[in-house]
Amino acid sequence: MEVGRLPISASQRGKLIAAGYTTLSSFSSLSPSHLARDLKISDNEAAEIMRVASHSHRLDGSAAGCGTVNGAQTAWDMLHEEEMFPRITTSCMDLDNILGGGINCKEVTEIGGVPGIGKTQLGIQLAINVQIPVDYGGLGGKAIYIDTEGSFMVERALQIAEACIEDMSECGGLLRKDFQACQLKMHPNNILENIFYFRVCSYTEQIALINYLDKFISEHKDVKIVIVDSVTFHFRQDFDDMALRTRLLSGMALKLMKLAKDFSLAVVLLNQVTNKYIDGSFQLTLALGDSWSHSCTNRVILYWNGNERYAYIDKSPSLRSASAPYSVTSKGIRNSASNCKRIKMM
Amino acid sequence: MANKQISQMGLPKSIANVFAARNVFTAKDALSLTEFELMELLDVGLAQVTSAVAHISEIVCPPCQTALSLMELRVQNEHLAGHLPTHMKGLDEALCGGIPFGVLTELVGPAGIGKTQFCLKLSLLASLPASYGGLDGHVIYIDVESKFSSRRLIEIGVKSFPEIFHRKGMAQEMAGRIHVLRPASLSEFTESLQQIKISLLQNQVKLLVIDSMAALVTGSLAEFSRIPVVVTNQVRSQSRDEICHYYFQVQSWNETIEDRTRHDSHLVAALGINWAHAVTIRLVLEAKSDQRFIKVAKSPISPPLAFPFNITSSGILLLSDDGIELTGPDINAIHCQGHNDIINFGGESLQC
Repeated sequence: MEVGRLPISASQRGKLIAAGYTTLSSFSSLSPSHLARDLKISDNEAAEIMRVASHSHRLDGSAAGCGTVNGAQTAWDMLHEEEMFPRITTSCMDLDNILGGGINCKEVTEIGGVPGIGKTQLGIQLAINVQIPVDYGGLGGKAIYIDTEGSFMVERALQIAEACIEDMSECGGLLRKDFQACQLKMHPNNILENIFYFRVCSYTEQIALINYLDKFISEHKDVKIVIVDSVTFHFRQDFDDMALRTRLLSGMALKLMKLAKDFSLAVVLLNQVTNKYIDGSFQLTLALGDSWSHSCTNRVILYWNGNERYAYIDKSPSLRSASAPYSVTSKGIRNSASNCKRIKMM
Repeated sequence: MANKQISQMGLPKSIANVFAARNVFTAKDALSLTEFELMELLDVGLAQVTSAVAHISEIVCPPCQTALSLMELRVQNEHLAGHLPTHMKGLDEALCGGIPFGVLTELVGPAGIGKTQFCLKLSLLASLPASYGGLDGHVIYIDVESKFSSRRLIEIGVKSFPEIFHRKGMAQEMAGRIHVLRPASLSEFTESLQQIKISLLQNQVKLLVIDSMAALVTGSLAEFSRIPVVVTNQVRSQSRDEICHYYFQVQSWNETIEDRTRHDSHLVAALGINWAHAVTIRLVLEAKSDQRFIKVAKSPISPPLAFPFNITSSGILLLSDDGIELTGPDINAIHCQGHNDIINFGGESLQC
């Protein structure tokens, strides 16, 4: 392994190369004091370099000589793990169907659309649905809601929470008669208590918050969804250096993916739209550019089709492209009204 | 928060000195670089960089609140649970109490429809004492197009709240709480923004009105302290090319040809789709078949309702408190009637 790939400071690397050590194997068998003499640094510093080098060597794995690769997981194990975590329902049956049951944990899902289509509504609905107890088929977890635009309104969250509890009691009554043991004792205030709300006012705060989430979630292990509404807002204005913007966004995307994987939670990013000149005409696309579109695992676009709201799966490794109608009611996101009428006539 | 100095963050002395030596003074500078770039710049190991960045992030990060504490704060501390009632019953119900605090509410509509009237009424309402449903505070009115008329303001006050305004000296006190600013350009406005933020805290300002935003085209308005902020917007006509679809939507050409023959002019809000994402509540005022409507076009708390209204001497009056629910993207459309009935001297229309 090359010395140039070690995570050590530039001056230490320079000293190693000047002293003639270009690969790991050339100094891994030395004692720290020998290395310190050669490089003219302190014993402690040399010990630190050797520690970093041996750590990187272990991760490399190729020199290990055993059959399986260190740190990998077999596909079979991954399948079992996926089945352990139920998906987060969106309260709209058609939408759940095209999503394969709902929003998946351990994945980053991006949802974008024009203003007023219902992105914040969907975000609030998911923050509440993640709290559905395990007995009712939910995750029983908490939610983190990161608000960059100021569109989170507590009154609306309360409305949707009350409707969710109503639906659950109806469901509970229909399914089982001997339900005393698992009686629903949830109050809308309990639901509101489990939503952690952060208000972000600049892109620096957004990056700082995503860095801090690692520590926050390790202290609150039952958080099962992180919603960012919207991830675009602070990156669209005042950015002269587009290259910097792309670097910051990809750094953020990587950290979010790592969060989703390490803590087995779902990450939902809400995005805005912009006009783009493609093939001789202007078309609507999601904002933040082409590099960002690679960062998410799944991508859902919300749009108007005539007088109805539709959702379209734009990109997903496991779901096929499909559209489904949904509606926004006083109770939150629900099935589209026209669908229901069709069922009644049958 | 973003401009917080690294030297004041309590980092270990050695690393704080290195940051300063390399001209990384604020949190914004530090967080704008990736960790490898910082390693190269500061010449320290990865472990040190990671812990420094984690420390800075924790300090710059906004505080965490639960949604429950948000609600309790609002109900306990804020007057009328964080909403400014507009005294238009149907609209207040749709907006869960009135114009909400702490977010941007936008009024958009063609010229002459009633936006400035709405703003004048709101300014008056905010300055009224609490016993009459007002906020008992000062108002900052940023008048870009010189449309503010104090005479009209007093007229609205006298007609809507005669018992207050006929008392001696009350008119002077109410009008005295409304501070009108007239910035001539964008740079002047941004300079005065700083001043405004300070006076927000000192002078008990309870409402900020910007009439109109389109004339200023500013970038981002940071979150003001918890007061309602109302901005007005202009309209412009939409060219055919702008009727946009996603790549997966099938465009039916017949539809677009039919649209062009419609007689209503096709208007959109000025400032485009980027601005439309930035406002929280959008109220569209339009005129359709001889009736004016105020529509709640974008709102996280309300269904899409349209209320017919008229402008009277006492301000804006809703004709019906039960709004008409509109489905589909039509709620965002802005209709404007031309001056056909006046210009075509038919004779009958001019007779009163």
